[in-house]
Amino acid sequence: MSVIHSAVNDVPLDKIPALVFPALVETLIMVGIVMVIVIVVGVPLGALVHNLAPGGLIENRAAHSTVSWVVSIGRSLPFLILMASIMPFTRLITGTNIGIAAAVVPMSLAGVAFFTRIVENSLRSVPPSLVRVARASGASKLQVVRTAQLSEAVPQILGGLTINTIAMIEYSAIAGTIGAGGIGYVAVTYGYQRFDNTVMLVTIVILVVTVALVQLLGDAAVRLTTPYARRSSKRMRRAAPVSSEPVLAA
Amino acid sequence: MISLDKLTKVFGHGPHATVVLEDLNFSVAEREIFAIVGPSGAGKSTLAQCINLLERPTSGSVIVNGENLSHLNEEQLRIARRRIGTIFQSDGLFSRRTAAQNVALPLEYLGATKGEAKHRVAELLERVGLSSRANHFPHELSGGQRQRVGIARALALRPSVLLADEATSGLDPESTASIVALLKELRDDLGLAILFITHEMDTVLKVADSVARLDHGHIVESGALVSLLRDPTSLLGQALRPTSTPAVLPAGKDQWQLVYANAHVPADWLSTLSLTVGSPISLLGASIETINGAVVGQATIGLNATDDSTIINAALDLGLVAERISEQRPLLAPAPVLEIVA
Ligand SMILES: Nc1ncnc2c1ncn2[C@@H]1O[C@H](COP(=O)(O)OP(=O)(O)O)[C@@H](O)[C@H]1O
Ligand SMILES: [Mg+2]
Repeated sequence: MSVIHSAVNDVPLDKIPALVFPALVETLIMVGIVMVIVIVVGVPLGALVHNLAPGGLIENRAAHSTVSWVVSIGRSLPFLILMASIMPFTRLITGTNIGIAAAVVPMSLAGVAFFTRIVENSLRSVPPSLVRVARASGASKLQVVRTAQLSEAVPQILGGLTINTIAMIEYSAIAGTIGAGGIGYVAVTYGYQRFDNTVMLVTIVILVVTVALVQLLGDAAVRLTTPYARRSSKRMRRAAPVSSEPVLAA
Repeated sequence: MISLDKLTKVFGHGPHATVVLEDLNFSVAEREIFAIVGPSGAGKSTLAQCINLLERPTSGSVIVNGENLSHLNEEQLRIARRRIGTIFQSDGLFSRRTAAQNVALPLEYLGATKGEAKHRVAELLERVGLSSRANHFPHELSGGQRQRVGIARALALRPSVLLADEATSGLDPESTASIVALLKELRDDLGLAILFITHEMDTVLKVADSVARLDHGHIVESGALVSLLRDPTSLLGQALRPTSTPAVLPAGKDQWQLVYANAHVPADWLSTLSLTVGSPISLLGASIETINGAVVGQATIGLNATDDSTIINAALDLGLVAERISEQRPLLAPAPVLEIVA
C-alpha cells in the first residue's frame, strides 16, 4: 500500500530539508519555551513539596497533601488526554487551540508536574544532616534550601532534567497531532497520513539524533557538576606529593 | 561560658510522649573541655541539638554568655547561634564545595563580602593546618582532614562555645589524636568552652577537663576528670580507667586492686608496701599515666594475706585505695557497657 502511494505523493528529496529544518526549529523553540517554564516553576515547586513534607523546613501536612495531590493528577493523565481536556483553558490563555502557543500550555503543565517530582526526589537524596549543618551555621530557610538542598542535588536534578527534556520532545510530537507544528507535525502529516516513507525516515533520524544529543549534553552536565566524577582532576595529582599536614590519615 | 538550667526535652504528646532529656543542669566554663559520655540512645545527640537550638527544649534554658537562648524567636536564634560553633559527626561537608568554600559557608550566610570571606577562610584553614588543601573537594581529603575542615567552619564566626557531637567517632586513632590536640590548642588559644559529646571512653581521657555521664536522659555522674579517676567508688571513674586483663594470680596469694587516690602516691610505693606488710608482692597488672598533669592509675597485685586491714591502711598511707578481689568475682569486671557505637 504505502509503497504505491509513496511513489506518487512523496516530497522530492531536494525539498525535504526545506520541510524538515523549519519544523526542527519549531520543535526546539517549543521544547525550549516549555523547559524554561518547567525549570522556573518546577524547581521552587519541588523544593516546596519537599519541605512541606514531614521533617521538612516548613512541615505542613495539609498543604503537603494538597500540593502533592495536584502534582499527582498532572503526572497521572496521559499527555494526549491532558492536552484534550484542557483545551478550553489553553484557549483562554493563548486565544487559540493550534500552533506552538497552544502546545506550550499542556506541555508545560505536564512538564512541571514531572519535574516537580524529579526535584523532590533529588532533594530527598541529599543527606538531611546538611540541613542541620546549614541551620547551625546561621542560614535562613531560603539559604538552607539554596545551599544545603538544591545546590547539593544539582547533579541529580540535571540528570532528571535530561529525562524531562526528552519526554518533552516526545510530547511535542504528540502535540504535533493537534497541529502544533514541529517535527512531530511533519511526521504525522507527511509520514503517517501521506505514507511518505522518506519523510518518516528523516524525521525519525532527526528525533533520534536530537534525543541522543540531549542525553549526551545532560550526561556531560551531570559529570561536570559532580566533583568526584571529574576524573581528570589536576588537583588529585597536586595532592599526591608531600603533605605539610601534621597527621595524615589513610 | 555555656550553662544548662533544668533542660528537659520530650518528644511526642500525651500517651506517646517520651522524655529524652530530663532536668539537665551543668555548665562549661571558658577554657574548659567538658565531655558528655553515654551509651547509644542516651540522648546525647538530642542534647547537642537542644544546645544549638535546632531542637527547642520542652522546658528549661540554654544560657550562653549570660544570654538565655531558649526564648528567642527564629530570627533572633539565627543570630544567637553564631555564638556556638558546631562540629558534626562524619564532618557534614557539602560535597560540591571545596574545603575553602565549605569553611566560607557561615560567612556567606552572614552576608560577608567575597574579600572579607576569602581573608578569613585563609586564616581558618591555616589555623587547622590545611592551607595546602583549600581547593580540594571533600572526597579528596582523608577523614581527619575533613573533620579539620568542619572545625574551621565551626570557628568561622568566632564563636565562644564549640559543640562537638561524636566529632572523632569513626576516625582512626591517629586522626583522633590530631583532632583532640587541635581542640585543646583552640581551647587554649581562643579561650573556647568546648562541649565534647562522645561514646568513646578512651577519647574522653585524652581530651576532657570534666566529664558527665548521660544515661536515659539523666546525668548520673559528673565531675573533674582527675577526681573521678582518683575516686575508687566512682562508677564513671572505673569505666574511664583503662583496664586490661591482669596476669594469673600465683597460688596461695590474694588478689588486690589499688587505685591512685591522690596526688601524693610515691613512685616506689610497691617496694614500700611490700616492706610494710612484710610480704613479697606480685605485680599482675598496672596502668599509670599522667592526665591533665596529674598522675592517675590503678594496679592489680597479689600478696600473702596477713590481715586485710593492715594492707588497706598501709596502702592508704601511700595514697592508694586497696580492695581485695574475691575469687568468685570475675577479675576486673568489664566496665559498665558504655562503648556502644551511637
Ligand atoms: N525526633 C525524635 N522523635 C522522637 N524520639 C526521638 C527523636 N530524636 C531522638 N529520639 C529518641 O531519643 C533517644 C535519644 O536519641 P539520641 O539523642 O540520638 O541518642 P544518642 O545520640 O545518645 O545515641 C532515642 O531513644 C531516640 O529514639
Ligand atoms: Mg548520637
